[in-house]
This record gives sequence, C-alpha cells and structure tokens, in this order.
Amino acid sequence: MTTRKDLTVGEALRTQGISRRGFLKFCAATASMMALPPSSIPAIAAALEKARRPSVIWLSFQECTGCTESLTRSHAPSIEGLIFNVISLDYHHTLQAASGDAAEEARHTAMKENDGKYIVVVDGSIPVKDGGVYSTIAGMTNLEILKETVAGAAAVIAVGSCAAFGGLPAANPNPTGAVSVSELVKDKPVVNIPGCPPIPVVISGVIAHFLTFGLPELDNLGRPKAFYGTSIHDRCYRRPFYDKGLFAETFDDEGAKKGWCLYKLGCKGPTTYNACATMKWNNGTSFPIEAGHGCIGCSEPQFWDAGGFYKALAEPTGNFTTTAGVAVAAGAALGAASGLLNRNKQKQAGAEHETVTADNLEKEQTS
Amino acid sequence: MSHLTDIPVALENLPSTHNVTPLLNEVRHALQALLTTGEATQIDLRSIPLSDRDVAQIQDALGVGEVEIQINALGPSMIKETTFAGVWWVEHRNSSNELTGRYIEITPVPDIVPSAMSDIQDGLERLNRRVE
Amino acid sequence: MNEVNFLLWVRGIGFDIALAIFVFGIMLRFMEILWLGRKPELAAVRGNGVASGMRTVFSRFLPADSNTLKRSLFMVVAGYGFHIGLFVVIFLFAPHAELIESVTGLSWPTLPSPIVDFFTVLTMLALMALLWRRLTHPVLRFLSTGEDYLMLLLTFLPVLTGYMAFHHLFLSYGWMLGLHILSVELLLIVIPFTKLIHMFTLFMARWYSGFMAGQKGVQS
Repeated sequence: MTTRKDLTVGEALRTQGISRRGFLKFCAATASMMALPPSSIPAIAAALEKARRPSVIWLSFQECTGCTESLTRSHAPSIEGLIFNVISLDYHHTLQAASGDAAEEARHTAMKENDGKYIVVVDGSIPVKDGGVYSTIAGMTNLEILKETVAGAAAVIAVGSCAAFGGLPAANPNPTGAVSVSELVKDKPVVNIPGCPPIPVVISGVIAHFLTFGLPELDNLGRPKAFYGTSIHDRCYRRPFYDKGLFAETFDDEGAKKGWCLYKLGCKGPTTYNACATMKWNNGTSFPIEAGHGCIGCSEPQFWDAGGFYKALAEPTGNFTTTAGVAVAAGAALGAASGLLNRNKQKQAGAEHETVTADNLEKEQTS
Repeated sequence: MSHLTDIPVALENLPSTHNVTPLLNEVRHALQALLTTGEATQIDLRSIPLSDRDVAQIQDALGVGEVEIQINALGPSMIKETTFAGVWWVEHRNSSNELTGRYIEITPVPDIVPSAMSDIQDGLERLNRRVE
Repeated sequence: MNEVNFLLWVRGIGFDIALAIFVFGIMLRFMEILWLGRKPELAAVRGNGVASGMRTVFSRFLPADSNTLKRSLFMVVAGYGFHIGLFVVIFLFAPHAELIESVTGLSWPTLPSPIVDFFTVLTMLALMALLWRRLTHPVLRFLSTGEDYLMLLLTFLPVLTGYMAFHHLFLSYGWMLGLHILSVELLLIVIPFTKLIHMFTLFMARWYSGFMAGQKGVQS
C-alpha cells in the first residue's frame, strides 16, 4: 500500500475508503484495545483524526519471532491490523522485503528523517557477555544496533518477556548474558509489554495510545497499567470457585471437568498481571485457564525459573526433605546428648546433697 | 470450516460470574439518566468478566425489540433494539466475521447509525461528478 | 531484589532454612525433656494412669469451673478466640492445606475463603485485645517480658500480612505474599526456642500430670 508520510491517521484511513462509520468502529475497537471506557471514543476519534503517522523501527534480537507472529497472525484483515496501516513501519527485518545493505539503509534513512520522533520497538533480549558476540545483525552486535537506534528515538517499546525482562535467553544459567531493554536504555521512556507472546491487541493498544494520548501510565515494572493493572486471578471467571474452595486436583478429575479453580495445579494467576482473562486470545475466543490449564505466568519476570509450572504458589520450591531430615537427626542427637548431660548433673547434685536456694531460682528465671 | 463459529460447540453448564444482576441494574440506572438528563451510556461488555452463559442470560433478559440494523463497514455490525426502548445491543465484527466489540448502548439511536456529515459531503461530491 | 526473586527466595531457600531450624529445634527440645528422665515411682499404683492421662489432655481444654470462668471471662474468650481463629486460618485455608499436603502428604477438606477471612479478622481482633489487656492489667503488665510482646508481634504478623495479601492492601500481591511467607518463617524459627513451644509440649505436659494423678488415684 502506498502511503504518504505527511498524512494524519484520519486522512490515511479515508484514503483507504473507510467511511465515518468504519472510523467510529475503528475508534470503538481502539478504545477497547486501550482498555478505555466507551465514553472516551469521541476523544479518541478527535485525537486519531489529527495524529501524524509515526515512523516505527522494529528491532528483533534474541527472540523466537513469536511476538511478531502473535501480532501478524492475529486475524487479518483486522481492526488491529489497521493500526499497522496508520504507522509507518520502516524497518522490521522479518517482515520487510529489503535485505542486506538495503535493509540497513532503510533503518538509517528512517532515523535521519524522523530524528527525535520515531518509535523503536524491540523484541528479544540483548546478549552482553563477551562483548555481545552471541547475536549480530549485519556485522553489528545487538548491543551496538540498540544503542545506535535508540539515540534518536522518542520512546522504546519492549515487546515480549525477553525484551521486557530478559525472558528465556536470560533463564538460568543465562549463557549469553542476556539482559532486558530497560537495563540498557536509561535515558528514553521504555514501555514494557511482557508476555510470551503478549496479547496482540495489547501491542496495538499501546501503539494506539501513543498515537492518541502519548505515553500510557506505567507501573513499577514499566508496564501499561491499563493492561497489566489487575492480576489474572482477580479477573478470572473461575475465581468464584477459588473463593468457595472448589479446586481441580488433577487435570482429568471431576473438578477439572466442572471448570473449578486450577490453583492446586500450579496456576500462577494470583501473581501474574496481564489482560488475558478479559481480552482473551484468538480474538476473544478463550485463554489458557478457559482451556483448562493454569496460567504459567509468562508475562512476569523470570517466569521460566519461578519454581515450576505445576507447583501451587503455596508450595515450597526447594528440596527441603534432605535438609529437614538432617535437621531432625541433628536435633535428636543434640537433644539426647543435652538431656543425658542434664540427667547426670541432676544425679550428681542429688548425690552431693546440693541445696537449692531462692537465689538459685531467681537466677534461673532471669537467665 | 472457515470460521471458529463453524465448529460445533455444546455449551455445558458454564459457571456464572454473578455479574448479570449488577449489569442489569447499571442498564436501569443508565436508562433513568437518559430520561432525566438525556445522557447516553455505552457499556463495553468485553471489559467485564462474563462467561458465555452470562452473555446469553443478559441477552435473554433484554430480549429482542422492534429495530434491527445491519451496518457493513470494516465488516458487519449488528445493532438491535431490545424489548426496552432506548436499550440497544450492539455487536461489531471485522471482515473475517470475528467479534471486535460487544456493547449495550443506552441512547435513542446509537452514534454509528446516522450518516456522518463528512460522508454526506463525500457522497454529494461523488453524485455531482456522476450527474455533471 | 525484585518481587519475583523475593518470592522465590522465601518459597525456596528461606523455607528450607526455616523448616530445618524448626524441626531441629523441636527434636532438640523434646529429646532434652525426654532424656532427662523421671525418678522411679515407688508408691503402689492405685488407678489407671494412661486413661487419666488421655482424659486430662482433653479435659483441660475446658475451663475448670464456673467461678474461674467468671473471673477470667475476658482471657477465656480472647484466648479461645485467637487460638480457634489461628487453627481455622492455618489449617482450613485452601492454599495453606496445599502447602501442608506438599510437605507432609496429609490432606483434608478446606473452608471457603470468605469464612477464613472472617476468622482472620476475629484472630487479629482477639490478639489486639490480648495486647491491650497485657498493657492495661497492672499484674499482667508487671509479669510481662520482652519475649511476651515479641511473641505477640510474631504471631500477629503472619495473620496481618496474609490478610493484606488476600485483599491486595498496600503492596502488590506478590510482595505481600512474600512478606507473609517470610513472617511465617520467622515464626517457625522462634517456635522451638520460646514459649511458643507450648503448642507441642502442652500435650505431653498434660498427659504427664494426668498420668501421675491417675496412678495416685486422684482426679487431675
């Protein structure tokens, strides 16, 4: 599609033959995407009408392309897909037709033409061990590309748990020294959109927020509060069963068939902040808990090393049996020794006719 | 099978989230507000945790009224007045017929229905070109 | 340290350390007591010591007589309130039962969370009432040591943090849950070495006095 960069979003949509009704529908979906109430639709319409199409540079580092898959395979041609018509995606090495020098040229051109205004989207973590040699593109390490590209950016969006928190590449023992974007970028606003992958609507929702109202409000982990403000558990349709104390004990018991709470099967819903329970997946069809599997907490930091997907949150994660066994034996041995010692003392005292005075008792009380 | 909706799904006795009654109350208050202040309300049903059974229950409670409008813009949209005049059931779908929004609107006519001045302008221009 | 690391630590190494110290301490205390031994009983046996011992373990759950009950009604109500509350909260809340099952393999039915929530509030109120009494009653205040106040605090903290985690108060659920588990671990560590050991020795002590009285043919 040929798009002119000086068009506003409203104009761009109109040139695609989209009527006002279509635009309103688009705004309604955008409001829903941004987790805003329907009453904000007129404000969104007004802002989108005027917004300029931003240049977006998408950098893929140590990742599996699942995040890009999530977004592009969501449901074309969709309203979310339209968001990508209202931005100018100038560099994305998986999606772009150009390759080699031409691709890198496109990145440099976009950076020069939109200096200080473009948005950088990053998926994947950045290896920093041994000078960052573990992942390179066009002869440059990921670290170098990130630094160079972010220098002139307005903001950075870290898409996926790898970019947001290090994700799988940073999982123990983290052989490549992988780190998140926010550990490297300190002088630009960084928005984290964690998830493995993130909900596609959330990715486009954040971009839509950028277009309409600027940077969204973030929590202490840099996540937009609108999408990551409540835990899965609090918005879960199975929550009433948790409160009633009705739990599935195995994946095929009566409780599982009746759709009871999956807490005991290791559901991480209580400690996971994401919008899956309300926005759901595959265009609102379902989400993991609705499909009968507990949440694995994929949008939380270190979810891979967080103590087992099938261990209930209340369960200890360590190997306590050996230490406890040793402790029991040691306690018993020491206790017996001390008991016997006291017994001897007692006997001796009896034999020597020691007397106990009020002073002795006083001393024992205070010691 | 080209759509998810083509897959036969039998709804079992899905759990209710107990959000139905509070929601109907919200509709009641919004209708009262429409009468007294003329203020319209839109409720985004997808922002509330509802099971399929809940949605069916709400739809049952509101019923089907006199008006049904279908709009074809970026995919079909169904706009139906319920048995309570002024309460509309609105469903937007994309061109793959997937649901993109489900609202209850409390208003004389949902905003999306009337022709917009910009579209009328556009239409006039096209008609002018045709006739001249 | 972030929320996830903290939660992982208290569920992992923190729990291992606390559990090890707890079982070590319990064994130490019990063995000390049991190996100390008792002088041989030379008097003629006049009754069934075992039956009397068993009876005493349970009979002392009840107040001795109506007079005592009337005199210390406050202590009985607040004391029982918080002990029963603690029992319900610790053993009949589903996530707690899940933890116990994973450690011991023992499981039992649990209560709906609103009921546990009610008992949590009851426990906290009773504990606060007991603190107030300890501070205002002149004799009790004179007898109270630092340990008494510390134990009250260490018992109160897990209940409070658990309540706050459940209701998402002040901190995010993850941090609060971590603090909750940490406060329980502190409690586990001090139990064997403080007056809180009574939760185990109580039964032994009652049985022993009942047994001795029974053998002598007197009511315990």
